[in-house]
Amino acid sequence: MEKSYIVKQISIFSENRPGRLAAIAGALRDAGINILAFSIAEADGFGVVRALVDRPEDAYRTLTDLGFRVSFTDVIGVKMRDEPGGLSDIASILGDAGINIEYAYAYSGKDAAVLILRVDQVEDAVRQILARGGELLKASLSR
Amino acid sequence: MAPWNPRTEEMPLDELRRLQFKLLKSLVYRLYSFNDFYRRRMKEQQVHPDDIRALEDVAKLPFMYKSDLRDGYPDRIFSAEQNELVRYHVSSGTTGKPTVVGYTERDIENWSESLARAFSSCGLGRGDVMQVSYGYGLFTGGLGAHYGAERVGATVLPTSVGNTERQIELMQDLRVTAIACTPSYLLHIGEVAEKMGVSIKNDTDLRMGFLGAEPWSEQMRGRIEDWLGIRAYDIYGTSELSGPMFTECAEQQGIHIWGDLALIEIIDPATGEVLQPGEQGELTITMLQKEALPMVRYRIGDLTAIEEGTCACGRTHPRIGRIRGRVDDMLIVRGINVFPSQVEHALLEIPEVGRHFQIVVDRKGALDSMLVRVEVSEEAFSDKITELMVIKKAVEHRLRSSLNVGVDVELVEPGTLPRFEGKSKKVVDRRSL
Repeated sequence: MEKSYIVKQISIFSENRPGRLAAIAGALRDAGINILAFSIAEADGFGVVRALVDRPEDAYRTLTDLGFRVSFTDVIGVKMRDEPGGLSDIASILGDAGINIEYAYAYSGKDAAVLILRVDQVEDAVRQILARGGELLKASLSR
Repeated sequence: MAPWNPRTEEMPLDELRRLQFKLLKSLVYRLYSFNDFYRRRMKEQQVHPDDIRALEDVAKLPFMYKSDLRDGYPDRIFSAEQNELVRYHVSSGTTGKPTVVGYTERDIENWSESLARAFSSCGLGRGDVMQVSYGYGLFTGGLGAHYGAERVGATVLPTSVGNTERQIELMQDLRVTAIACTPSYLLHIGEVAEKMGVSIKNDTDLRMGFLGAEPWSEQMRGRIEDWLGIRAYDIYGTSELSGPMFTECAEQQGIHIWGDLALIEIIDPATGEVLQPGEQGELTITMLQKEALPMVRYRIGDLTAIEEGTCACGRTHPRIGRIRGRVDDMLIVRGINVFPSQVEHALLEIPEVGRHFQIVVDRKGALDSMLVRVEVSEEAFSDKITELMVIKKAVEHRLRSSLNVGVDVELVEPGTLPRFEGKSKKVVDRRSL
């Protein structure tokens, strides 16, 4: 049951130079894949583009065929109220549950705002968040 | 394996050095008296044969380069008349004009003797069948290995290169036990054999290979030995020395260079200074007994080191390690000699990155900087920046310890590094010196 809340994020290795994001986004566009959320993590000369897409498997294949280094990462999406205090509520739940965040990014959509989290013990985090009244994004939403 | 020529091969080191000195002295006198090229060179260097008073004095003599052979094309620096020659070989001239090598009867004799000692040190002898799959003709490989193998009493099958399926059939039908060829050709033979349904390991009597004429690695040796079920020995030589001349013995601990035939030095390619055993540098050879085309302090351009200590086989003659690369590729970064092959070897030992690389050398202010660009392997790619940084630091650390110079590593996307364009694209030097 925890598994149904584990979302497959694609992570793409990218050199830190002009045009790389355009190449990735263009490839997904050409394959008709929709990006729900994404972020860029940057380091010394390179970065990792992380994205939630509607068809992760297809995105993986498309980008790998083009020579990109791609991997899947398990993340979870916690729904937030899109009003003052929304993030605060969720952050408190995570803090109380002792869940450590490796990285996070968020989007604010039509229905709700979503905080996407990479945590080390993902199934445990799902149980903790649900037990404390948090609401999670269903993995099926991104398929 | 029993020595072919025990008196010489197991000669005590001090006796060998006395013999080398005697041969060097008479060589220098002979060249100074009878060879215009060498006399001119020695005069330019202000060295006279009387200055050679000890073996170490070889370092007083001028170096000789490939360009000297090209400039002397075809036979202007020979020390023998045409009517004394029994053979010519001609190098392919891939890096310029071809060079011609001439042989007197005694030169052929010494070449065969050298390989007879080498082959028997690996256990080749009467009863063996040696397939020589080096090219026969102007190239020295085929005929050189042929004469050496006949000399030890093996039966030679002179297949030369090509028609690989027929080579494999003959290898089975004539119960071939040894092969001499390039390592890449032996791998090709192995692949073609598998397609024919023949396992070299199980379906042939092949038990040893003498592989050379191109660079190869310990990793490749392991692969060949496991896959084909043979012992693979490194063989070394160039046409200027006569041809393939020296091999490892059964210990596989370096190539024995017969000291009565060749005097080797390892020098710093940048300064010409003589280096100590164990130090990597450019192999420089003086052929002590060659008649038709003498070679004195010839800078071959191959990088290696003299192995320290005596070989477990009991042969006293010095050994060199595996050829690590070519001097032509050398970069000097912050005063340190750096060879792209060192980078290649270091990367082979780091599974987290691919084996392709590019070196970018630049100068920031007064200081050289060296950047090595590598690809993260599929298995090692992590979504986590911290893990990628750990890989980057590990590669930097490994390169620094093997090159003795600080290196920045840049992780790049797969497929972006030069693959088959050769060494020109592997190194980008942006310094304006």
